[in-house]
Amino acid sequence: MTYDEEDSGYQNDGAFHQQLIADVLAAYPDKSRKRRQRHLSVAKPADEEAKTEGTLTECDVKSNIKSIPGVMTVRGCAYAGSKGVVWGPVKDMVHISHGPVGCGQYSWSQRRNYYIGKTGIDTFVTMQFTSDFQEKDIVFGGDKKLEKIIDEIDSLFPLAKGISIQSECPIGLIGDDIEAVSRKKHKETGKTIVPVRCEGFRGVSQSLGHHIANDAIRDWVFDKNEVHHEPGPYDVNVIGDYNIGGDAWSSRILLEEMGLRVVGNWSGDATLAEIERAPKAKLNLIHCYRSMNYICRHMEEKYGMPWIEYNFFGPSQIAMGLRKIAAFFDDTIKENAEKVIAKYQPLVDAVIAKYKPRLQGKKVMLYVGGLRPRHVVNAYEDLGMEIVGTGYEFAHGDDYQRTGHYVKDGTLIYDDVTSYELEKFIEGIRPDLVGSGIKEKYPVQKMGIPFRQMHSWDYSGPYHGYDGFAIFARDMDLAINNPVWGLFKAPWKKAA
Amino acid sequence: MGKLRQIAFYGKGGIGKSTTSQNTLAALVDMDQKILIVGCDPKADSTRLILNSKAQDTVLSLAAEAGSVEDLEIDDVLKVGYRGIKCVESGGPEPGVGCAGRGVITSINFLEENGAYDDVDYVSYDVLGDVVCGGFAMPIRENKAQEIYIVMSGEMMALYAANNIAKGILKYAHSGGVRLGGLICNERQTDREIDLAEALAKKINTQLIHFVPRDNIVQHAELRKQTVIQYAPDSQQANEYRQLASKIHANGGKGTIPTPVTMEELEEMLLDFGIMKTDEQALAELQAKEAAKAAAVVAA
Repeated sequence: MTYDEEDSGYQNDGAFHQQLIADVLAAYPDKSRKRRQRHLSVAKPADEEAKTEGTLTECDVKSNIKSIPGVMTVRGCAYAGSKGVVWGPVKDMVHISHGPVGCGQYSWSQRRNYYIGKTGIDTFVTMQFTSDFQEKDIVFGGDKKLEKIIDEIDSLFPLAKGISIQSECPIGLIGDDIEAVSRKKHKETGKTIVPVRCEGFRGVSQSLGHHIANDAIRDWVFDKNEVHHEPGPYDVNVIGDYNIGGDAWSSRILLEEMGLRVVGNWSGDATLAEIERAPKAKLNLIHCYRSMNYICRHMEEKYGMPWIEYNFFGPSQIAMGLRKIAAFFDDTIKENAEKVIAKYQPLVDAVIAKYKPRLQGKKVMLYVGGLRPRHVVNAYEDLGMEIVGTGYEFAHGDDYQRTGHYVKDGTLIYDDVTSYELEKFIEGIRPDLVGSGIKEKYPVQKMGIPFRQMHSWDYSGPYHGYDGFAIFARDMDLAINNPVWGLFKAPWKKAA
Repeated sequence: MGKLRQIAFYGKGGIGKSTTSQNTLAALVDMDQKILIVGCDPKADSTRLILNSKAQDTVLSLAAEAGSVEDLEIDDVLKVGYRGIKCVESGGPEPGVGCAGRGVITSINFLEENGAYDDVDYVSYDVLGDVVCGGFAMPIRENKAQEIYIVMSGEMMALYAANNIAKGILKYAHSGGVRLGGLICNERQTDREIDLAEALAKKINTQLIHFVPRDNIVQHAELRKQTVIQYAPDSQQANEYRQLASKIHANGGKGTIPTPVTMEELEEMLLDFGIMKTDEQALAELQAKEAAKAAAVVAA
């Protein structure tokens, strides 16, 4: 259900966007131009067959390829993908940044994965553990030090349920056998110890780190400990919700109101036990497809567990998602889903009544990680806003294919966009809002264009669920209609 | 005291680098040169014949004990051996762990920063086996050794290794000014060994600086943890090392930029010398052997 059919029927100026692409490419030397042009494109109308399956457009760009040296890219590394995204939020485990101090220190508390617990007692998300490699650890190997650290953690934090070892680059270079250490220490302590080979030089972005982290769950967590859990008929796992600013909580209440039992939330606010018992649930609900589809596919293959993708950004997608999830269960759940949608309808109506008049027709450009560049599109459209351009840092082909379900004809698409390209695109389009990360925030604001961080929700949130939508709408209004933009021009300068 | 000369000995593992270098340096010290030997091998056996004892404390083992290399003093690691030759072993991890290459980098930097190179005429690096990674190329890089001497023999693998090392030298020749001083052939009594060594030297644009004949006296001296120069100063073999030493001494600044050859070229050369056989030759030989065996069985 959309909230104003005619409004969401906007079209983007594809020809203009093509011209912008040609303009930015013109600045490159031949070889770089050839490589970059395959990452930039304009969404074309999908063919008739695809349209019947709900695809609006075709967003055909190359992706998941090494960035060109010399350009400014905002991509991360495999360590960032594993420690920062997948493992870091697992709250009752200690995650060791294994290697020199910098990787752990500068990624400390970078994501706003909210959690409940006593930090330093039974939860450890906002703490930083590192093996702080010195020359001698490189030269003589760090395995002994790792053993010592694990022993110390075991005695200092007895309530930690397990330990993960997040490899930094040198571990892979000097060939430390962290698997052997894990096995040995598991025997001695009885705790789950997970070695993760997420050395930063592996792969082209953080994306491979997600995959490696997923594989570590498969190899070092599943079917290892005895699981004390009584399965129920309505058990579901939420996979790929990192609880940024409380996203998972505002999602969970909807699923629970529907009569489902959320037995695991990966990995925001997650416990090791939730991960261990996941294969016993009935269904995997996957929000961040890019970072956790791997483990869902594995659970499907090994345990016969089905999985579905859903989207809890904005009322149209939430309603669609709740119905899609309910369709998997019996009539009671289906009826409950309708009740939940109806219950929140007044809230939705009030939010839209308040903000849509202030946001109607505002143009938005997005550049985020691997999911949100498509997932938040309808949330903006529910407020009458228009997505003119979007792109991912580390998406793969299947993400761009899914993007076609969301964006309109003529939308500018940019993969692993360089700082130069993005700046030129923003200058050319001059949208009313840019949604991206901290590195983009200040340059964009200096260009006189409102900005919201769409990785961290700009220290706000949650944005998931109905409650999140209200906050999302308020935040976008705050950014766009902030009176500061009216003061942007120096008073002594006459308008040209 | 003239300008500091830095030289390094490279070569395939087990070729006799340490033996050759220590004997040569012992001869050099007899020519009144002040010498520092830097052993760049985790086994730490590059200075054994000079110190008449093995397993001195290495830079890295002491650094690991003390916490870090910054906690060391130069006197902790610098040992003095035969006629005042200063010796340092970089040391390194036990086989199969850690990064020995990084260890070489760490200890060479330590030595330079702490003045180990002051007041010597020669610094000699003895480096393990092949140039397997950047760490073991350290003495070739960044204006360290000016001349590299490759110890080799007429064996195929030694020739391969020599060519590989020449590649490493070429890589850094233009950035750091390192040169190939020459080949030292350590006789293994293979076929046409001296010819082969000379041919290879010519091919890769260098010289065979000396052919060191095989002599059991080297083993005798080694068993006593001594160089031949010390053990049997009047022997013919001691003389050979003295010749090599004076050739090296006279070779300062005369190194060349090597022209390493491709694998194919090298193999061609080996074929020409009959060191390596073509597939057809090898097959024919195998067949002949089989036939002989069959004949023997029939005869029995």
